[in-house]
Amino acid sequence: MVSFLGQTGHFALEQIAAMGRMFSFLIFAIFLAFRRPAKIYLIIHHIKTIGVDSLSVVALSGFFTGMVLGFQGYYSLRKFNAESWLGSAAALGLLRELGPVLSAFMVTGRTGSAMAAELGTMRATEQIDALDSMAINPVKYLVSPRIIASLFAMPLLTAIFDVIGIFGSYLVGVTLLGVSSGSFFAGMEKSVVFHDVYSGFVKSLSFGLIITWICCYKGFHAPPMATGVSQATTESVVLSFVMILVWDYFLTSIML
Amino acid sequence: MIRVVNLHKSFRAQKVLKGANLEFPSGKITTIVGTSGCGKTVLLKHLNALLLPDEGEIFVDGVDITKLPLNELYEIRGKFGVLFQGAALLDSMTVFDNVAFPLREKTKTSEGDIKNKVEGRLEQVGLGGMGGKFPAELSGGMKKRAGLARALIMDPEIVLFDEPTTGLDPILATGIHQLIARTHAEFGFTGVLVSHTIPQVFDISDYVAMLANGVIEAVSPPAAFRTSENPVVQQFIHGKTEGPIQVL
Repeated sequence: MVSFLGQTGHFALEQIAAMGRMFSFLIFAIFLAFRRPAKIYLIIHHIKTIGVDSLSVVALSGFFTGMVLGFQGYYSLRKFNAESWLGSAAALGLLRELGPVLSAFMVTGRTGSAMAAELGTMRATEQIDALDSMAINPVKYLVSPRIIASLFAMPLLTAIFDVIGIFGSYLVGVTLLGVSSGSFFAGMEKSVVFHDVYSGFVKSLSFGLIITWICCYKGFHAPPMATGVSQATTESVVLSFVMILVWDYFLTSIML
Repeated sequence: MIRVVNLHKSFRAQKVLKGANLEFPSGKITTIVGTSGCGKTVLLKHLNALLLPDEGEIFVDGVDITKLPLNELYEIRGKFGVLFQGAALLDSMTVFDNVAFPLREKTKTSEGDIKNKVEGRLEQVGLGGMGGKFPAELSGGMKKRAGLARALIMDPEIVLFDEPTTGLDPILATGIHQLIARTHAEFGFTGVLVSHTIPQVFDISDYVAMLANGVIEAVSPPAAFRTSENPVVQQFIHGKTEGPIQVL
């Protein structure tokens, strides 16, 4: 019994210490992001890898999510003779919830895993040590630019997801199921307010931060071997997904 | 000069260094030899504080680098060049960009001067005209030479070589040793070399230190090292499985 309690306590302390290390890493990376010299060329490079390179997968998933929303929304709203509110339901669902969360999932799978694998490989092949030995802070060089880039790229990707999603929903609702085009857009215009767009924007910003933070941390501290890199990649994706959903709950409850 | 005092380092329950003491004289090449896994690379990585000791001090030109804040540590690291075991070239960059990297990041040198300096260093290590290749396109020996060019590009006072010839054929290994000797004669840096390729490494060393059982067992010039009566040194030089070093 004493041994069990001891092990539980040891496990709890280790988890708290690990969380502390993760938060320290984030704060250090943000602190270094504001220190000169600014790595503008790296930020632009990572906006491309996070944003442009994820564009196709985000657009595709947005399109199909919107179309599914069109079908499901029509099916539910028809029970209340409220098909004309399809545009409103789709837009609110996408702007407030599905856009930020699903595009964050896509970026995690497409770019976050690659970040963790790349940094993990750099750790295993001593490239991170090489930077350190050249008196170049590896956190400033490898992590801070990615964090800043994600803050630019994620809201833009989410906005694209939202627009394409609404278009997909319009295609299904109006073209396939016969909802009037006027009522689709009129419902959207009546119900969507700035706060809905704003809450989606805040979510996408914070999800961008969560993804780069977790994926960079896991990659940066990956055990220096092949299994260590694969383990870090898996952990980074799973933890990012969980943290996105947990943080989404908190933000939704605050910003409702 | 670098001075290591009573260095202790453990990784979880495994004690790697148990009170190592050693001095690396300025302008000389000191080679640390020892069996595989005895802690040579761990000791080397302490010299520029890539690893921090559990106990003990490391003095670089009289400054204890184990207790320095990061910005002061980075100033000290500016004195070092490091050739890593696998060369540790940044694989997203070409050879030219790898060698130019410290100049671009740490100095305000113009691109024209960088081009001249990098191409000069690449010529010195026998990689003239290879600057456009990526590390993945290079052989093991070429990677080591590119790593050496990068280690020397900032004209460092101290260069650390982590097993520079491991995995290379004997001819290429001799070539790398000659390259180290030639660049040392030209630049006069303080060299610290980790290796277990004896006796070839004796030819380029001013001093040889034997690391075994977590401590420095012997330090002497190569000629004296060969004839040392220390049983640890004798076992290592003659490759005996029986002796004070527990092998299996």
